[in-house]
Amino acid sequence: MNLLETLSHTVPATGMFANAWWMIAAPLLVAAFLLLAGRVADAWGHFVAVAAVVFSFSIAACLFGEMLGRGAEERAVESTLYTWFSVGTWTFDVGLQIDQLSILFAMLITGVGSLIHIYSIGYMAHDERRRRFFAYLNLFVAAMLTLVLANNYLILFVGWEGVGLASYLLISFFQHKKSAADAGVKAFVMNRVGDFGMLLAIFTMLAMFGSSKFSVVNAGVPEMPAIWATLLGVFLLLGACGKSAQVPLQAWLLDAMEGPTPVSALIHAATMVTAGVYLVVRSHVVYEHSMIAQTAVVVVGTVTLLAGAWIGTSQDDIKKVLAGSTMSQIGYMMLAAGIGPAGYAFAIFHLLTHGFFKANMFLGAGSVMHGMHDDVNMRNYGALAKVMRYTYWTFFCGYIAIIGFPLTAGYFSKDHIIEAAFHYNVVIGLCALIGAGVTAFYMTRLMFMTFWGKQRWQPGVHPHESPKVMTLPLVVLAALSIVAGALMNWWIQTWLEPAAGNHPHEVSLIPTPIGLLAIAVVAAGVATGWYFFGRGDIPKVAPASKNPFTLVGRNVLYGDQLNDAVIVQPTYALAAASDATDRHAIDGLFDGLAHGFGGLSTQVRKLQTGYARSYALTMTAGVVVTAVVLILAHLA
Amino acid sequence: MTNPENVLMLAGVLFTIGALGVMLRRNALVAFMCVELMLNAANLALVTGSTMNGGLDGQVASFFVMVVAAAEVVVGLAIIMTIYRTRRTTSVDDANLLKL
Repeated sequence: MNLLETLSHTVPATGMFANAWWMIAAPLLVAAFLLLAGRVADAWGHFVAVAAVVFSFSIAACLFGEMLGRGAEERAVESTLYTWFSVGTWTFDVGLQIDQLSILFAMLITGVGSLIHIYSIGYMAHDERRRRFFAYLNLFVAAMLTLVLANNYLILFVGWEGVGLASYLLISFFQHKKSAADAGVKAFVMNRVGDFGMLLAIFTMLAMFGSSKFSVVNAGVPEMPAIWATLLGVFLLLGACGKSAQVPLQAWLLDAMEGPTPVSALIHAATMVTAGVYLVVRSHVVYEHSMIAQTAVVVVGTVTLLAGAWIGTSQDDIKKVLAGSTMSQIGYMMLAAGIGPAGYAFAIFHLLTHGFFKANMFLGAGSVMHGMHDDVNMRNYGALAKVMRYTYWTFFCGYIAIIGFPLTAGYFSKDHIIEAAFHYNVVIGLCALIGAGVTAFYMTRLMFMTFWGKQRWQPGVHPHESPKVMTLPLVVLAALSIVAGALMNWWIQTWLEPAAGNHPHEVSLIPTPIGLLAIAVVAAGVATGWYFFGRGDIPKVAPASKNPFTLVGRNVLYGDQLNDAVIVQPTYALAAASDATDRHAIDGLFDGLAHGFGGLSTQVRKLQTGYARSYALTMTAGVVVTAVVLILAHLA
Repeated sequence: MTNPENVLMLAGVLFTIGALGVMLRRNALVAFMCVELMLNAANLALVTGSTMNGGLDGQVASFFVMVVAAAEVVVGLAIIMTIYRTRRTTSVDDANLLKL
């Protein structure tokens, strides 16, 4: 089937679809209400927030059901709500595009979002700023839905900035801690770099096609000059790197763990950070017309999947291990999205399963912290499996899902990516395979340090299981971590084909040679984890190490130092140089000029003697000179 | 009728005397009279020119000069009187405060 035909094939919104905008409006209105209502809503505001997200989820589920009932040709729906503004020949509409791709995202955002909202009722129960927290969470859900449901890049960008704002507000939610405030600023500033790329991409589209609508851009890309297609792809990739914490804009994600744990689960694991993958898949037509941009996506994804895994191996903070793991898994998705039509569906597949199992594990980590007096250092954990049954078993489900234990969610989604990577390029495939092994290693390390082994609790800490309101979402997410892969494995490729332009592949339960190899590598990773962390005691403080791999990992690949040396210090130097230039050169020039005129006037002033007779003499002389000149001119 | 050129010469001599008086004399009253002398020298030149050309333009202009001179006398004498009252002098060199 012709790609372009399928892309531009949307039907007008009718029935349920005409009300799709309520999905965005409900959480947005509730967010505004909660922020304006004041202390009146302190006692019950969070229930309204949960209701708003559940409401959005129910709309998304209804739409999904209706789409399932329709033929593949009629599933993608586009509706223009109103015209935002017109400038010259450009008109910017606020419109929604609900197709096979965006509905999956909407379901993930509102579904996982609902569970995390419910979990937060328990997690934030004792926080005096709980109402504000839920308002921000709702703001995030509204912005994220805007991002994925928009039918043009400009509205997408509105959502893009909205999630950036919500992310900033929630990372620095514990604003009394300087580290949290700094982390929020860092995330915000680093995201601006990516947004710069997004803006350039939108400008390019407007200059080239006069519109930023997906359908117009997709139709126009094949005709545009190759160099512009490449630039467009690179600009979009820069945007994706910023939002999805891909190398080289990865340094903010680990600091973002300063935010409350439900935030880490929702924003910095399941949804917002995957927006970059959504962007690349949504813009797949651009990448299909530029080999260079596509290769750049693959390289970025591969580098990030290894970098994230590397960071995960050496951190002692449970949330930072998971953050490194998130980076790494998004690297897999990017890699798949860059492979081309063979990988789009796998990227989205892994994105969904990762959304389930990573949200599950983050919430599990939050539950552990809840029981351990907010301690995040895994060296103070150990043997928690016995005291936190629900948390342990649900976390264990996430663990086997992420390492790719056969028949769990991660097994299906990640193996497809590794296999596609091998078909694309053997080196890339090997990197993906190594990443899978390292993932198994650091997750096993996390399990040994947290749940297994001997207890190393701080004095006075009495771990206990979290309340039901927190464990229930964990159970649901754990179930999804196990079964989501098998549920979607045979279905998602054909489902996404019209929207993502992927080419469905045969998938079967019998592992291919590469699949068997991947299982072997994962087993080796688990065994290595056991060898280093399962046999002996784990020291209470991280042992001094001269191993360069460990040192680099502990220092988060020296990302901060690199940014400092490459960006921050030169910026300071530039500022100092501008200051010196301004102070000495510019000010000197004008001060000197002023002094010169001052001196000159002092001299001129002396002509004013105050003697009327000398003025008379001057006047007479002037008249004589003028007369002489006139006469001479007359004579000449 | 005398030769008009001689009259113009006289006007020139009178104007020069007036101008030199303004520049050289310190007494404000004398300097003032010298200004009047210059104005009248100009009047004489205008009237002579008018006679030479057989028109009335110069004579009309001399009336305007006389009006201006009268007005100037009023203001000028008032200034000199005021200066004399406050400073007990009529020397223009003593009224030299208008400087930095």
